[in-house]
Amino acid sequence: MLQAATEPRAEAADDVREAHLAAFRFMLRARLLDDKFAVLYRTGKIHGGVFLGRGQEALSAALGVSLKKTDVFAPLIRDAAGRMAFGEPIVDAVRTYLGSALGPMRGRDGNVHRGNPRTGYLPMISHLGAMVSVVNGVLFARRLKNISGTVGAACLGDGATSTGAFHEALNQAAVEKLPLVLVVADNQFAYSTPTSRQFACESLADKGVGYGVASHSVDATDLTACLKIVGTAVAQARAGHGPQLVVAKLLRLCGHGEHDDANYIVPALKNSPLGRDCLKVAEQFLLRQKWAEAATIAAWRREATREIEEAVAQVQREPAPDPYVENWSAISSEHLNETHEQNGR
Amino acid sequence: MAAEITYIDAIREAQAHALRDDPRVFLYGQDVAAFGGAFKATKNLAKEFPGRVFDSPISEDAMVGLAVGAAIEGLRPIIEMQFADFSTVGFNQIVNQAATLFWRTGVPCPITVRLPFGGTSGGGPFHSQSLETIYAHYPGLIVLTPATVEDAYSMLIEAVAIDDPVIFCEHKFLYRHLKAEKLPTEALPVGKARIARVGRDLTIVAYSAMVQDALEAANELVPEGWEVEVVDLRSVKPLDTDTVMASVARTGKLLCVGESWPWGGVTAEVIARVASEGYGLLDVPPQRLNAKDTPVPYHPNLWAAHRPTVRAVAAAARKILRS
Repeated sequence: MLQAATEPRAEAADDVREAHLAAFRFMLRARLLDDKFAVLYRTGKIHGGVFLGRGQEALSAALGVSLKKTDVFAPLIRDAAGRMAFGEPIVDAVRTYLGSALGPMRGRDGNVHRGNPRTGYLPMISHLGAMVSVVNGVLFARRLKNISGTVGAACLGDGATSTGAFHEALNQAAVEKLPLVLVVADNQFAYSTPTSRQFACESLADKGVGYGVASHSVDATDLTACLKIVGTAVAQARAGHGPQLVVAKLLRLCGHGEHDDANYIVPALKNSPLGRDCLKVAEQFLLRQKWAEAATIAAWRREATREIEEAVAQVQREPAPDPYVENWSAISSEHLNETHEQNGR
Repeated sequence: MAAEITYIDAIREAQAHALRDDPRVFLYGQDVAAFGGAFKATKNLAKEFPGRVFDSPISEDAMVGLAVGAAIEGLRPIIEMQFADFSTVGFNQIVNQAATLFWRTGVPCPITVRLPFGGTSGGGPFHSQSLETIYAHYPGLIVLTPATVEDAYSMLIEAVAIDDPVIFCEHKFLYRHLKAEKLPTEALPVGKARIARVGRDLTIVAYSAMVQDALEAANELVPEGWEVEVVDLRSVKPLDTDTVMASVARTGKLLCVGESWPWGGVTAEVIARVASEGYGLLDVPPQRLNAKDTPVPYHPNLWAAHRPTVRAVAAAARKILRS
């Protein structure tokens, strides 16, 4: 009896450690990949903007490792860690930023606008809040198809909670009792707009109450808290308890994009507990727990760096999209394309 | 005596056909389930097809977003906008989400968005709009404008089968105005215009309810010795330029009539194409006739004068014919 009682606890402890290690490695890889994108941006190798997830890796990775491959995931711009955890190969991220013809978006869309809808990995459009109801639609369709047990996660920032799309979609998920996990990264700024100009409620978590949606709050600088709270929200949704709102507090440790020096973020905020770097906090935690040694983490770092460098080198040799062989058709029913002379086809 | 089938009956029957034929089809919209829709276009469908017809919250953005997600998952949703005017609330999801999905990802987006559109007396500025132009402007969308009971039926069935997002513009005035004896068993495919009336003196290009006005105007001109050809575009995107051009080649004269506002638009597009690609076919400058450039008025006196009337179409035709 004693044996039976202790074993599950030991297993649970193992699971917690493994989840931390897995999430930490995705955080580390995401940070290194973001650093590389920043370098490529500054050296003029990337067309358009670069948007980093610095400071959001714990939240993003925690969500990614909490999802199954059969779930649905609509990440936002600062979710490199979650994307990797959900299964996106590094090379596809690089291909999309560099516009490779071999990438998932084939140079038609770029940077953080990438995904693979067939596998439940939805590519965001730029209009904030718009992906949430699309996740609802996939979940709704699965219900009609009698597929149960899948969860759909959508990620937003504090700014997106001011959109009509957010309101409509969260209410819709509540009405339909869909297994939606809506993760809001309250990173204190929507581009340069502080939260004081974005909303007037005490916490964004209060918004869940108004929709009849379970709400969770979490300190997103703390990986342990993220794994616990996000994991709970995902489990609750999976168990049929309806949509779950997770509001995570953190500070964006970079500009909105790499074009933005973020001089509007005052030092007092950077030096506050919110300004902690979740990656460093997590690393220190793993060392303190003796779940990983410094040498092991250094090896992970080297391995990830090599993998990223190899991916960039590979993609730089790949073909760019060719406007002369591009199929300029916005619809799949090619027989219904316009045929007159001026449509450019 | 044969049973009479109205335009709206045809729309209901087409949805019943799609639901019966394809298990991937479902209906989602405001008041569409037990109530049967604001215009009764989904009457009894919830009863006949349990678990396939769903009321939505008043959330046009989320309605279309849900449809896109369901399409990604392999289903074929039909979304009813209660009035075309309200589709502007879902505009972002239609033009940025649905219309870009295939281009961006290679995954098709087979959704049908039904827009009860066009003016009826008393509708006023927010229950009368014609939005085919604005949707046709965006790449990635098919925009259909059936003018007959037969087309309302066959084109809606085809719309649901098309692998791309379709904006299905059904005219509210035609709902109970048009009647047919039976539903068609065969039809022209989407993308082909139809010669609604043969004539030798002038081509009038029209679509949706304006086809009926154009036909009446053509009849009015018969006693004066004119034979007017009427081309029903059926679909404004794709636009069947070939059929229009062939008709203009026969008549040498073109009048294009639309119920939507004059700036840009379907009529401007038709004239631009004929002018640039068929200039030599024209004997006189092509003309167009649209609604006035104001919101759609409420009072019947103002409303009737806002849109092109049979009289206005006939007058515009006479002017061209006599030039």
